[in-house]
Amino acid sequence: MLIYLARRFALALVTCVAISILTFIIIRLPPGDFVDAYIANLASSGSTVSAEQAQAMRHEYGLDRPVIVQYGLWMQRVVHGDFGVSMMWRRPVTEVIGDRLWLTMALSFAALFLTWTIALPIGIYSAVRQYSMGDYVATMLGFIGLAIPNFLLALILMYFGFRYFGLSVGGLFSAEYAQAAWSWDKAWDLLKHVPLPACVLALAGTAQLIRIMRANLLDELRKPYVVTARAKGLTERHVVLKYPLRAALNPFASSIAYLFPYLVSGSIIVSLVLGLPTVGPLLLQALVAQDMFLAGTIVLLLGIMTVIGTLVSDLLLMWIEPRIRLQGRA
Amino acid sequence: MAVAAIETIDRVEDRFAQATQLQLTWWRFKRHKLALISLFVVALFYLIAIFADLLAFADPHATDAKRSYIPPQGIHFFDNGKFQPFIYGLKGVRDPKTFKLAYAPDPSRKLPVTFFAHGYAYNLFGVIPTDRHLLGFEGGQPIDGIFLLGTDQLGRDLYSRLMVATRISLFIGLAGVSLSLLLGVLLGGVSGLYGGWIDTLLQRLIEIVRSIPTIPLWMGLAAALPNTWSVTQVYFAITVIISLVGWTELARVVRGRFLALREEDFVIAAELAGASQLRIIFRHMLPSFASHVIAAVSLALPAMIVSETSLSYLGLGLRPPAISWGILLQDTQNVQVLAGAPWLLTAAIPVIMVILAFNFLGDGLRDAADPYG
Repeated sequence: MLIYLARRFALALVTCVAISILTFIIIRLPPGDFVDAYIANLASSGSTVSAEQAQAMRHEYGLDRPVIVQYGLWMQRVVHGDFGVSMMWRRPVTEVIGDRLWLTMALSFAALFLTWTIALPIGIYSAVRQYSMGDYVATMLGFIGLAIPNFLLALILMYFGFRYFGLSVGGLFSAEYAQAAWSWDKAWDLLKHVPLPACVLALAGTAQLIRIMRANLLDELRKPYVVTARAKGLTERHVVLKYPLRAALNPFASSIAYLFPYLVSGSIIVSLVLGLPTVGPLLLQALVAQDMFLAGTIVLLLGIMTVIGTLVSDLLLMWIEPRIRLQGRA
Repeated sequence: MAVAAIETIDRVEDRFAQATQLQLTWWRFKRHKLALISLFVVALFYLIAIFADLLAFADPHATDAKRSYIPPQGIHFFDNGKFQPFIYGLKGVRDPKTFKLAYAPDPSRKLPVTFFAHGYAYNLFGVIPTDRHLLGFEGGQPIDGIFLLGTDQLGRDLYSRLMVATRISLFIGLAGVSLSLLLGVLLGGVSGLYGGWIDTLLQRLIEIVRSIPTIPLWMGLAAALPNTWSVTQVYFAITVIISLVGWTELARVVRGRFLALREEDFVIAAELAGASQLRIIFRHMLPSFASHVIAAVSLALPAMIVSETSLSYLGLGLRPPAISWGILLQDTQNVQVLAGAPWLLTAAIPVIMVILAFNFLGDGLRDAADPYG
């Protein structure tokens, strides 16, 4: 079990490093460096920077050093929580991002929770009542869920909401709470707004999980021990829920590692369509304005949060599922 | 009677015993009705992609402010009970409340529709210069046109744009999947064939790639492409970006097949008979898992298409004047615009259709991939 834990942590750490390198590449990719952009920015507001000053700034930020050293310096600052200054907002990047990162994570976790609570019962139903009307409906809905990209679904919902109910479906807060400080009322307001975007996000994942759950449970139900259980006179409810379901849950549970990054990823684009105050719209603005420190920080933090989220759900899984605990020992 | 029945069974069994693997796969595939229908849908879409310009009515790039947001107009096929396709000309009408100028069909002007009419010039299959289009119409004023799906803000015909967009969106999917396939087969093959530390390393790499949220990363990479790049350069760069993630699933499938086949009797027999490694891979192993790879490809394609559509929709993917489904959907970003011109949303229909078709097709292929099972 300790080996398993250590392996998980090591992998998470390596993933974080990989994300940081990719982020660094994104920050460095546009032609010119940070100082060039800063000077251009200042020039547009009327002030000028002399060549010596520019050189001094480059030296201060280590931009005249080799790329590897630059990466090291950047990492050093990042570890200390200094992500640089957003050129677009002229404020520290952390301040600009603010609550948005937490809202992104809250939304993704809500979608994950929803995916599980919907997929589990429907998957069981589809397997136990194979080829029934309900099974066909679930399968059909599942395929449609897979086929409609979530941003298109959000778009279609937006349109119908606007057209037939005359309301804006978007947002995570009512107007009176949008700028307000955090309070219980605001949290309650958030809770009321989360289900719709969470549903939009969860649909594709749910469709996938229903398929997996159905296939796994069907495999288990055909095994001889189920026949034995039935022959011994166990109630149907007992026969299904006691053993086959637990056995079928294993691969179902391991898919969580891929589901969470997928949901975070989807939340970015869905937020853009629905105008949610997550990091999504901010990231797009930053990228369009070539505000690379802001964009890079968002990609970095989002990646790291995803890794942590996946790790946490992995650990939870280990707690629920004894076979994983034992795997590490073997 | 009984004898006849036994003979029939014998004949059926003979048929199965003598059939090639391809035949067996096809018979199995045919049983999956949805997959069969999807195969036709996919083929149809690629035909549209190949003959996009022929099917288009109007130059997809031609803008005309006067034609802005014209609602869809149908083609009428029968004139007084006789088969004579025609469209109505358009006339400007002022809204009595808002005084906005809108265009409505003018029943007094019937314009006959002709087949293989002359239109804008293009190159069929990219090489044959021609200006023939499947449908056109005769006479009429500059404002008139066949607007099956209406027009966008700049007065471009949505139907014609959709045809041309089909070509770009489908082929970027193909290009992306080919690149992913190359990476996937190479890395998955090495991983499955050699095992050991290379396998462990590649498996960890796949885990890492899959645990990174893709869309923010793609957005970052796509936005970092220089503005000065031409449409073609951006096209290739986007293809590379979306295939950087798609290869993991393909590598997993290839590795799994290699691992399974390595233990098979016929592979061991070939090894003992002294066949070279390359011969074993290409002559013995590849044919028996090619169908699995094809199935995985057809499941990976829709993901590629969605990626391109999402990126272009955000304005970070392909850039105008390129036309793709994502670029057409960009116009729907504003709900107010959408409420006034809901036909712009029709660009979502082919996206959903293609994804659905590829998913069913992949499902059927996966079932048929192992016809002995």
